[in-house]
Amino acid sequence: MVINVVKPGLSTTVQDLGRPGYYHIGIPTSGGMDMLSLAAANLAVGNPAGAAVLEAVFMGPELEFTADAVVAVTGADLPPKVNGVEQPGWESFPVKKGQVLSFGFLKAGARAYIAVSGGIDVPVVLGSRSTYTLGALGGFHGRKLQAGDVLPVGAGAGKAGRSVPAALRRMPGSPAELRMLPGLYWHRITEAAGKGFFEDTWKVAPEADRIGYRFKAGHPLEFVPREQPFGAGSDPSNIVDACYPYGSVQVPGGTEPIVLHRDAVSGGGYFMLGTVVSADMDLIGQLQPHMPTRFVKVTMEQALQARHDRKAVLDGITSALA
Amino acid sequence: MTTRYSFGGDEHIFVECDEEMSLEAFFKGLSITNALREAQIRGVTEICPANASFQVRFDPDVIAPEDMMRELKALEAVAQSAPATLDTRIIEVPVFYNDPWTHETGQRFRERHQDPTSTDIEYTARINGLDGIDGFIAAHSGAPWFVSMVGFVAGLPFLYQMTDRSRQIQSPKYLRPRTDTPRLTVGHGGCFACIYSVRGAGGYQMFGITPMPIYDPAQQTPYLRDFMCLFKPGDIVKWKPIDRAEYDHTVAEVDAGRWMPRIAPVTFSLAEFQADIDGTNARVMEALNGH
Repeated sequence: MVINVVKPGLSTTVQDLGRPGYYHIGIPTSGGMDMLSLAAANLAVGNPAGAAVLEAVFMGPELEFTADAVVAVTGADLPPKVNGVEQPGWESFPVKKGQVLSFGFLKAGARAYIAVSGGIDVPVVLGSRSTYTLGALGGFHGRKLQAGDVLPVGAGAGKAGRSVPAALRRMPGSPAELRMLPGLYWHRITEAAGKGFFEDTWKVAPEADRIGYRFKAGHPLEFVPREQPFGAGSDPSNIVDACYPYGSVQVPGGTEPIVLHRDAVSGGGYFMLGTVVSADMDLIGQLQPHMPTRFVKVTMEQALQARHDRKAVLDGITSALA
Repeated sequence: MTTRYSFGGDEHIFVECDEEMSLEAFFKGLSITNALREAQIRGVTEICPANASFQVRFDPDVIAPEDMMRELKALEAVAQSAPATLDTRIIEVPVFYNDPWTHETGQRFRERHQDPTSTDIEYTARINGLDGIDGFIAAHSGAPWFVSMVGFVAGLPFLYQMTDRSRQIQSPKYLRPRTDTPRLTVGHGGCFACIYSVRGAGGYQMFGITPMPIYDPAQQTPYLRDFMCLFKPGDIVKWKPIDRAEYDHTVAEVDAGRWMPRIAPVTFSLAEFQADIDGTNARVMEALNGH
């Protein structure tokens, strides 16, 4: 069956759990920014956790179904409606042939995950159906959805009324707290600047997308003086162009930190302070512009504990929806 | 050259071979990443070589971060005994220097440039003591360049000029990055050249444009059918200056699916290069003529 895109939303893309393995040639993993919500939506409609879904940011699309299906919407609080009748979030519901799925206004979070039983069946490119917009790769013709697009959907048989327990719906608090392991080029800033970085409350800047999230409203960072190494460039925040880890926090010019996300640029010439732990990457995908955010310094042991805790949430969702 | 190791969160180890760029630092990274690939350590998911550093991504559910770090440090000693030689290839890249498209883009973002009254190529020629645009083109295309990293965006090569440091072209990045760069622009920042594989933001100086696609996600371009990205670290590039007529002709041939780049196999030894830079470069470039 197919879904007709009546209205595309602001920036709606096909995403799954991503295509790791090509970062060394500049192709990032892509995939849902909030992978926990993505997996939950799939499991609620009876799909494998990594089936392809639609990721809608800030504003939902309007979709016309050409056959009966089961749908679940997780992540951001973006109320789904079937022919204008509001449906619960984090719970599967039926959409009949000819009905239209639309969305109300965003109440909380930033990205909603729309899973359809059977999964969005775009071609697999380099092992994934995820969209990498910058490289025009994967997803639906390598781009965000447009009005008039016709989305193929696989065969599936989900059940309506399957709900993700409220305690397992993980969303950021306010201020949002992002746990970060200092490292990489942390030694480039002074001790006072390092202390201030963790004490400041930052705000999500308008320039926040799948490549990276920029933060503002904190104090500029003071650098440890040095003669710039050959090939690095003249600004004290420059390094010889190097790889950027997913979640790494770079601060061009020492002013506004940028946390790289699933569509990261794979490398470049700006120093990095450290890396947001893998467990908190999902939360970044749910931050709206102007959201107050703090970076919380953690040890590797705490990072691994956070990873373990996140896995426990996913396991909980899996068994609740089994 | 001190190697520095750091965790990038719970999934990455970042290894800086040297703070500054050199072919020696690149080769050190290359030999360690090669040894790592051969070691086939369970839990290693991605190995990303860069200019004077590299990055390893691992799954901490399979291998504990401290164990991963220990394995990596043990490889450094093994790798250092490996000879710095490469069986690689030289690729000729035609460049229309001082072209109208990068010129127009440069003018549009002039207030973000160090020298708003000049062009990128004139500015870079001046600060490198080169004799105008012609002097710049001669210097830029005279020696081959080494692909020391692929990344930033899909398939974008960073290139390091194969000459002694005193003759290397250097330029700062734009004061503030542009929001637009034409696809296939030949750019430059710090000591590195690059080819922008896709249209988009960029901060490097813009010197010209190549008609040769280097990234094709649809894999329709004849020489990109096997894989969508042309370049890999260790490739050697020779720029070939072309004029507007040859540029237009090449674009038409590319569009018709008839054009193929000139590529030849070549061996490269760091020791040979260090002993005789000009002689090594002459031999490497001669390979394009079938010698």
